[in-house]
Amino acid sequence: MARVELESIGKSFGDTAVLSGINLDVEDGEFLTLVGPSGCGKSTLIRIIAGLEPQTSGRIRIDGAPVDDLRPHERRVAMVFQSYALYPHLSVFANMALPLTMQRLSLWERLPLLRLLSARRRRVMPGIAQEVRSVAAQLQIEPLLLRRPAQLSGGQRQRVALGRAMVRHPGVFLMDEPLSNLDAKLRVHMRSELTELHQRLKSTFVYVTHDQVEAMTMSDRVAMMDAGRILQLGTPAELYARPANVTVAQFIGSPAINLLPARIEDGGIAVLADGSPILRTLLPPGSTATIGLRPETLRLLPPGDPTRPAPFQARLRRVENLGAECMLHVDLPTLPGQGLVIRAASAGDLTPGTMVGVAYDPAAAHVFDASGNRVAAVATAAPAARLAQAEGRVS
Amino acid sequence: MTGPGLRQARIERHTGLAFISPAMLLFLLTSLAPLAVLLGLSVTDYELGAIDTKGVGMANFAKAFTDPVFRRSLGNTLLYVLIVVPGAVGLGLLIAVLVHGRRRSRGFYEVIYFLPVTSTLIAMATVWQFLLHPRLGPVNAFLRSLGLGEVAFLSEPAHALPTLAVIGIWQLLGFNMVLFLAGLSAIPKDLYEAAEVDGCTSAVDRFLTITWPLLTPTTMFVLVTTSITAFKIFDTVAVMTRGGPMGSSEVLLYNVYLEGFQYFHMGYAAALTVVFLAFILVFSAVQSLVLERRTHY
Amino acid sequence: MRALRHAGSLILVHGVLLAGAAFMLLPFVWMIATSLKPPEEVFSATLQLLPNRFHGAENYGFALTQAPLVRFALNGAIVCLGILAVQLLVAIPCAYALAKLRFPGRDALFLLVLLSLAIPVQVPALPLYIALADLSLLNTYLAMMVPFLFSAFAVFLLRQFFKSYPDDILQAARLDGMRELEIVWRIVVPSAWPAIAAFSVFSVVAHWNDLYWPLIVITDSALATPPLGMMLFADAETGSNYGALMAAAAMLTAPLVVVFLFARRWFIAGVTMTGVK
Repeated sequence: MARVELESIGKSFGDTAVLSGINLDVEDGEFLTLVGPSGCGKSTLIRIIAGLEPQTSGRIRIDGAPVDDLRPHERRVAMVFQSYALYPHLSVFANMALPLTMQRLSLWERLPLLRLLSARRRRVMPGIAQEVRSVAAQLQIEPLLLRRPAQLSGGQRQRVALGRAMVRHPGVFLMDEPLSNLDAKLRVHMRSELTELHQRLKSTFVYVTHDQVEAMTMSDRVAMMDAGRILQLGTPAELYARPANVTVAQFIGSPAINLLPARIEDGGIAVLADGSPILRTLLPPGSTATIGLRPETLRLLPPGDPTRPAPFQARLRRVENLGAECMLHVDLPTLPGQGLVIRAASAGDLTPGTMVGVAYDPAAAHVFDASGNRVAAVATAAPAARLAQAEGRVS
Repeated sequence: MTGPGLRQARIERHTGLAFISPAMLLFLLTSLAPLAVLLGLSVTDYELGAIDTKGVGMANFAKAFTDPVFRRSLGNTLLYVLIVVPGAVGLGLLIAVLVHGRRRSRGFYEVIYFLPVTSTLIAMATVWQFLLHPRLGPVNAFLRSLGLGEVAFLSEPAHALPTLAVIGIWQLLGFNMVLFLAGLSAIPKDLYEAAEVDGCTSAVDRFLTITWPLLTPTTMFVLVTTSITAFKIFDTVAVMTRGGPMGSSEVLLYNVYLEGFQYFHMGYAAALTVVFLAFILVFSAVQSLVLERRTHY
Repeated sequence: MRALRHAGSLILVHGVLLAGAAFMLLPFVWMIATSLKPPEEVFSATLQLLPNRFHGAENYGFALTQAPLVRFALNGAIVCLGILAVQLLVAIPCAYALAKLRFPGRDALFLLVLLSLAIPVQVPALPLYIALADLSLLNTYLAMMVPFLFSAFAVFLLRQFFKSYPDDILQAARLDGMRELEIVWRIVVPSAWPAIAAFSVFSVVAHWNDLYWPLIVITDSALATPPLGMMLFADAETGSNYGALMAAAAMLTAPLVVVFLFARRWFIAGVTMTGVK
C-alpha cells in the first residue's frame, strides 16, 4: 500500500513538451484514473511513475520517499501493459514467478545450468511456487499454469498479466490501457472484475485509459488530461456534474454534451446565433460563451401545446433506439449545422422529419466563457422578464 | 456450383498452368534434368570427350572414400565449417546486440559490418593475400614491430585453413548481424519494460530472460545458413591457396572443381557432387525442422 | 552514479564495436592505401598508411590498360541484369499462380520449389557444362546465365508476398473485367515492389560476385565477369605490381559498394528476407 505524490512533473522530447506542471497526489488505496484523448500524455505519465522513462523536471515520492533515482523494480510498483507483455517463451507459471525469482535469487542462481547447482535455489523455489499458486487461485487461472501465453485467450492473458503484477504485492499497480485489447463484452466484465480486485487488495491503482466509461465506472477519482496537463481532478460524479471546462465536458459523458455557441448581451443574457436568448449568465456583455446542455436535461414537448411555447423548434433527424431508452438526434432549422441529442425514455411514434418542440432546464445548463472555462451558470433569480418575453418570441 | 463459378474455375486452371509453364520448363532444364543426369553420371566412368563410357556401379563412391585427397578435403571442409560457424554466428550475435541498442551510430556500424558482404570476395581475397603476405603485408609488419616475428599465414600448412576461416568469418559476420538485427527488432519493446519492472536490470538478465530465448528461432536459422555457406567454401581457396600448402586447404568443392573441370573425370566428379548434395540436404533438413518449430511463439 | 555507469558501458560498447569495425575495414583501407603507393613503398612493407609519393594515377592507369576492367564490369552488368530480368519474368507469374490460382498439382509443385531451394549451382554444374559444351555454347553470356534463370528463391519469396495480398481486391478486379495477366502486372506487382526490389538486390549481389560458374564456362577473358577478371589479372601480374593489383581490386569492388551505400535499405531487406523462409 502506498501513496504516490507527483510534484510539478514535466517531460519533453527535444523541444516538444508532452507533460508540464503535473501535480497529483494519489491516496493510499485509491483507484485513480488518468483519462484523456490519445497523445494527451497519460501513458507517458504512468511510465514516468513506473520509472521506465525519466521525467525532465519535477519529483515523485512513493510513500513519502523520493523514488526519482530508483529503478522500476525498486519502486514497489507493478505494471500491467496494454499488450500484457507476457514472456511468450515462458509458461504462465514461469511468467508469474519471474518477478519473485528476480527478487530472491542471485544472478548465478538464475543462470542456465549453473542454477541447478544451487542448494539455496532448491529451498527458495517451493515458496515461490506456492505464492504463484495462491495468486493464480485468486484469479482462477490455476488450470492454465502450464500453458504458454500463445495458448490463452485475451481474457486469460489479461489475468496472467494481473497475476504477474500481484505476486510481488506491490504498493502501487500501474495499468496502461489494460482492457483495450479485449472485445466489448469481455471489457465490461473485466471492468467489474478489476474493481472488485481493487477492493479486495486495497492497493493503490493508477489506471490509464482513453475510455471515459472505464474512468467513470471504476475510479475513486479521475484526472482528466489533455495536451500534457491535468484539466480536472475529481470524483467521476464531480467531473460529470461540474466539468471545469469545455474539453472535460465534451470528453466525459456519452452521448456527448450538446454545446451551443452564444454571445452575451445586456444583463448577461446568452443569445444564440439566431438571436434567441437562452439563459442568464454572469458574463460581461459583448463576450462570447459556450452553453452545454446534457442530453438527459433536454425534454421533448408534447406537440401542439399553445400554452407552453417550446424554447427550441427542432426537426427530428434520426432516432437511435437503445431498448431501454432512445437517443433523438434533432436539427435546429434556425441554427444551420447545429444539432442536439436528446435522451428520452421513448420516441413515441415520431418519424424523422417531424417538427418537435424541445425544452431545456436552465438550472442544469453548463456555461463556459470565451476561453472555455466553467463560469457560474444562471443567476438564481427568477428568469428575467426579457427572457420570458424572448421565449414568447421564439415560439 | 453455378455456371459462372465453373467458368472462373476453368479460367484459373488454364491461367495457372500457363503461368507456371515457363518457370517449370526452365526448372526442368536447369535443375531436374541435370540432377537426373548427375545421378546417372555418378555411376559411370564418363570423361569429357571419351568415346567409350561404361557403368561402374558404386565404384566412384567407393573410390571417393578411400581417396586420401577426397577424405582430406571433406575433413578440411568440416573443420572449416566448425571454425566459421561459431565465429560468424557468435560474433554476429554480439555485434547485433551491441548495434541494436545504438540510435545515432546504428547506420554507421551497419554499413561497416555489412561492407564485406557486398564486396566482391575474389577482389577482397586478393587484398587479404597481400595483407597476410609474409614480407610485404602489414599484418606481419605489425607483428614484427611487436617483436613477435613473422607468421606464414597461408604458406604454413597448420595455418592456412584457420586463416581462410577467419576471412570466412570476416565475410559472413555482417550478413548474420543483419539477420540477428531483424530478429531483435521483432522482439516487442514492452517485454523489456515488463522485465525491467519485474527486476531484470542487468544486461545479462535482460539477455538471458528475453533476448536469448526469443532469438532462438533466428539463431537456429542463422546457424544452419552459415553452415551451408561455409560448407560451400570455394572462392578463397581458388584464389589464395589452391588447396595448398600440401593439401592443407583442399576443400570439397575445390576438389569437385578440379576433378570435374580441370581433369574432366566427370563420372568421379559427379559422385563427389552427389556426396556434396547429400551434406547440403542434411543441413536443409535440419533447417526445415527448425522452421517448423519457429511458428511456435 | 547511474550516469557514470551508463557512460562506462557506452565506452565499452563503442570500444568493442569500433575494434570490430577496424577489423572489417582493414582490407578496404589497406587496399585503397596500397593502390596509391609506388612499388618501392609497397615493398618496403612499413605500417605507414598514406603514401609518401602519390602513385595512384600510375597504378589505376596501369590496371586499366593491362586489364579490361571496364569490360569486366560491363560483362558483370550484362550477366546480372540478364539473369535478373529472366528470373523476374518467369518467377512472377509462377509465384502468383502458386499463391492465388487453383489448378491441379499446385501443392506438389510448391513442394518441389521448396525442395529445390536447397540445391546450389554446383550440383547441376557438371551436366549443364556437358550440355553447353555439346551445343558449343561455352564462352557465351548465355552460358553464364543458364543455371540461374529459374530462381526457386524468387518464386518462394514472391509467392509468400502475394499470398498475403487480399483476395477481395483480386475479385474486384475480375469483376471489373481485368484478365489475370493484367491483374498480375497492374495490381499485384506494383504492390509487391518491396519484395521485388529486395530480391533484385539479392540476385545482383550474388551473381556479380559469383566465381564458380563463370570460372567453369568462360575461358575467353573478354567475357570475364569481375571476379573471374580479377582472378585472371592477379594471375597475370602475380607478385610484381601490388599497387596496380589493389587498384584493380578497388575498381572491381567499387560498383557494388557504391550501390550498397545508396540503397542500403534494400540490401538489408534482401538479407532479412532470406530469413523469412
